[in-house]
Amino acid sequence: MQGNIKEKVGMMFVSLMCTIMLSPAWALASEVVAMDQIPAAGDPGWWKWPVILLFVTFVMGIIAVLGGVGGGVLFVPIIGGFFPFHLDFVRGAGLLVALCGALAAGPGLLKANLASLRLAMPVALIASTMAIVGAMVGLALPTHIVQLALGGTILGIVAIMLSAKKSTVPHVPQADALSTALRITGVFYEPTTKEEINWKIHRTIPGLLTFIIIGFMAGMFGLGAGWANVPVLNLMMGAPLKISVATSKFLLSITDTSAAWIYLNKGCVIPMMVVPSLIGIMLGSFVGVRLLKVAKPTFIRWMVIIILLFAGLKAVQKGLSTMGYNLF
Amino acid sequence: MTHHNTKATEEQVQYAAILEKGMYSGLALMVITFALYVLGIMPSIVPLSEISIYWSMPVHDYLVAINTNFIHGEHLPTGWSWLKLIGYGDFLNFVPVTILSGVTIICYMVIIPGLFCRKDKAMAIMAIAEVLILTLAASGLLAVGGH
Repeated sequence: MQGNIKEKVGMMFVSLMCTIMLSPAWALASEVVAMDQIPAAGDPGWWKWPVILLFVTFVMGIIAVLGGVGGGVLFVPIIGGFFPFHLDFVRGAGLLVALCGALAAGPGLLKANLASLRLAMPVALIASTMAIVGAMVGLALPTHIVQLALGGTILGIVAIMLSAKKSTVPHVPQADALSTALRITGVFYEPTTKEEINWKIHRTIPGLLTFIIIGFMAGMFGLGAGWANVPVLNLMMGAPLKISVATSKFLLSITDTSAAWIYLNKGCVIPMMVVPSLIGIMLGSFVGVRLLKVAKPTFIRWMVIIILLFAGLKAVQKGLSTMGYNLF
Repeated sequence: MTHHNTKATEEQVQYAAILEKGMYSGLALMVITFALYVLGIMPSIVPLSEISIYWSMPVHDYLVAINTNFIHGEHLPTGWSWLKLIGYGDFLNFVPVTILSGVTIICYMVIIPGLFCRKDKAMAIMAIAEVLILTLAASGLLAVGGH
């Protein structure tokens, strides 16, 4: 009886938060702010946006854990679409948000041998190099082009989330030559089945080549790339799902570091944005882990997909309206 | 009794230990420096009440505006020039951000000798390459023009 009440309260809370996130009021808010004259003097209400940011990123942190997505993929399109901050600063903050999430999770995942350093290192080398290129290209392009491309990418992520399957332990008949030479293999203990699972990977070269694109997009959009890492590691290269998810999370700490430096050196970090975002996301993740026991993951995942669809369309709309086209 | 041979490798444990220390240090420092900034304990370059004027600008315009209005430097405050402004609350917050962004480089540097000792040359060379790439990104040499 108590469990049912907890479950209902947990679901009501998450539904309320998702409804707030989807509210068109956010779209109106950003339009109003954009139309306002820039005040000549200081704004005594300056603190409201960091406080709203703290609250929204707290909710995002909860939803990200429950929906199985990273903080960056929610942060950039939502904050970029509905807040008055310029996309340059949103992307810089998004990378730091994703980076901090990875730094928080990485040590535990490495010690538990769920994240594989040997699997991550060659992948990270390629992805981090391309993330630098992506960051440089993204900061050089006009904002409306990046906004449009971001919207298209978010809609693509929605498509991936709708269609991508997962394989708990893929069948890898034989490790390929490169992964054998690099000794990219391991063993982990699966508590649900009480068995030790020896894993190996294949299609290493195609997988590494895919990370060229993933790294580039991570740097360009400040998204974090977990949404792409997991399908490639799991479905293409054949790493078990748990190893793929854990290694992907750890991988972000390397990929996002390289891109974050580009944004940092370019001046795209405003502490009044970054710090409330980091605190909000980390506190939200903490709560999300506790709500995970009572929430229905499938329902949350659908809410995440709907939020991203809305945010992706908003980003496309913003990009097109700057070019003089109005979608709505 | 079943023996689970699932221990992480030595370099993995080493990497995790450094990463954890760097992460906690950076986060703890971030809370302190942000409190110093937002509570007005330290002066800030851009007055708190005026920050909302600038955060909707593209980054280049933002840097030009704050340099013109507040810093009055010869060059825009990009790269590592924030170090000269560390006495101000807003730029002091760059210290923990730098720690969090830099801890990965330290982790890689620490594991390289062990990789060579264990004759794991391929991984050691990859680790060196990664250190070079991340250091290049951190150096500020890859600055590009803004829009």
